[in-house]
Amino acid sequence: MADTQALRPELYRDPVDASHFGVVEKPLSTWERIYNVAAVRKIFILVALAAIWELYARLLNNPLLFPTFTSTIEAFVQGLFGGGLLGKAWTSIKVLLMGYSAGIALAALLTVIAITSRIGTDFLETLTSMFNPLPAIALLPLALIWFGLGNGSLVFVLIHSVLWAVALNTHSGFLSVSNTMRMVGRNYGLRGLSYVGRILIPAAFPSILTGLKIGWAFAWRTLIAAELVFGVSSGSGGLGWFIYENKNQLEIPNVFAGLFTVIVIGLLVENVIFRTVEARTVRRWGMQS
Amino acid sequence: MATDPLLDVRGVTLQYKTKDHLVTATYRVDFHVFRSDRFVVLGPSGCGKSTLLKAVGGYLNPVEGEIRLKGHEVTRPGPDRMMVFQEFDQLLPWKTVKENVMFALTATGKLAGRSAENKALEYIAKVKLSKFADSFPHTLSGGMKQRVAIARGMAMEPDILLMDEPFAALDALTRRKMQDELLQLWDDTHFTVLFVTHSIPEAIKIGSRILLLSPHPGQVKAEINSLPRQESDGDEAKALEQKIHTMLFADEVEEEAEHSHG
Repeated sequence: MADTQALRPELYRDPVDASHFGVVEKPLSTWERIYNVAAVRKIFILVALAAIWELYARLLNNPLLFPTFTSTIEAFVQGLFGGGLLGKAWTSIKVLLMGYSAGIALAALLTVIAITSRIGTDFLETLTSMFNPLPAIALLPLALIWFGLGNGSLVFVLIHSVLWAVALNTHSGFLSVSNTMRMVGRNYGLRGLSYVGRILIPAAFPSILTGLKIGWAFAWRTLIAAELVFGVSSGSGGLGWFIYENKNQLEIPNVFAGLFTVIVIGLLVENVIFRTVEARTVRRWGMQS
Repeated sequence: MATDPLLDVRGVTLQYKTKDHLVTATYRVDFHVFRSDRFVVLGPSGCGKSTLLKAVGGYLNPVEGEIRLKGHEVTRPGPDRMMVFQEFDQLLPWKTVKENVMFALTATGKLAGRSAENKALEYIAKVKLSKFADSFPHTLSGGMKQRVAIARGMAMEPDILLMDEPFAALDALTRRKMQDELLQLWDDTHFTVLFVTHSIPEAIKIGSRILLLSPHPGQVKAEINSLPRQESDGDEAKALEQKIHTMLFADEVEEEAEHSHG
């Protein structure tokens, strides 16, 4: 060891100036950049699916079973500008928002109770494990007896579909807030609700947002299904009723247009509203990549 | 000394529960911290030094003895004892650097609005992070995050700043730089700091007075003066380091010897 150390001289060098090497950074080609945009790739998939649909429907040539993409779009546009599709969608969304916000309010109440005491935690855990697996739609017959034919029943099943998903995610989010962050909050003398609101909720926001997304998807599905089952409420039905009614009249393109609307609204909420909220919060804060 | 101590820790025994044990972390620990002390608690891992700091922070109440800050008994966490933790996630990720420092000021009701902002910016400038005032914590390096945490603690101008191995998770080069910067900050404002570490050189460099704790459970082994600042690199420092090392690890050698005989 000592020998080799003596034999090898020490080296000192100056790093070369960056201007001497060829490529440091090179822009990607136009095609690579376009392909990197997720929206472009997804739109490509949608276009391909529409093309397959159109092709298959034309081959099948049976508009009663499977109308073409173009006739569905036609029915959709007609529905929008004269068939009352917009009004029906708005009826559905109004009920949905009522149920969704009531569900979130109850979930907030339950989780606050759950974090303040151990028995509260047990209460929430027992309730969620009992009711979370129970499909909301299974409660509909009961809701109809309790609240009659109307928005009351719908809101009831919607609350059931939102409440447990949001409460479960919020609670597990609170539990996973790091001990250091809790100690920081207490160091500031924060206690009770101001501690929950100013430390726990923002710290658990990624989980809460996941809960809100799951709750939204559950609620939207439940609502359309519930409308299909009992249809008209107080004179004007929602989207589910629109689908059901048109099926009875064998207006199959309209049925497809109704389903299409359900999908479009679902996509919009997921990709516009929730995506924006995510970009402004958890992504900006580096809590989710 | 004629003046009363700022922090008076008297006969403090601390216990905490794990899932299946009741652990005694420290046993009848006494020490006094005076204004503008750089008081270092030094000991091997398992000597309860972090637990002791948490007790001073008010997160844990002693089962025996008492902790008094300016004569008042410490019973719960509060902004008169700002903590700087070892973990990088002590900054709130949803707030920018400036907002993190401001939040401490506004949440405690110490300052509001423009004056809170000015105070925050003043201390961010002291830790040389003015350029990053509007950055979110996740974009900062570990050392920068710790500097923000120090700025946040100092901006509150607490009676005592509690630091729980704040540089332990940093790489060696950054750690040295941070130690120098902390001393520069101290030259500036002469704040009182209670600093926990397991590194002997760090204790000698940072501390003006050093409390040595023995492990399992932590008991006071010695309370000694550190060297003057300019001598913290020389031969005297080496000798002091050796002396501390012998004191801390003498028991361990004996124990090992006993084990090998038994």
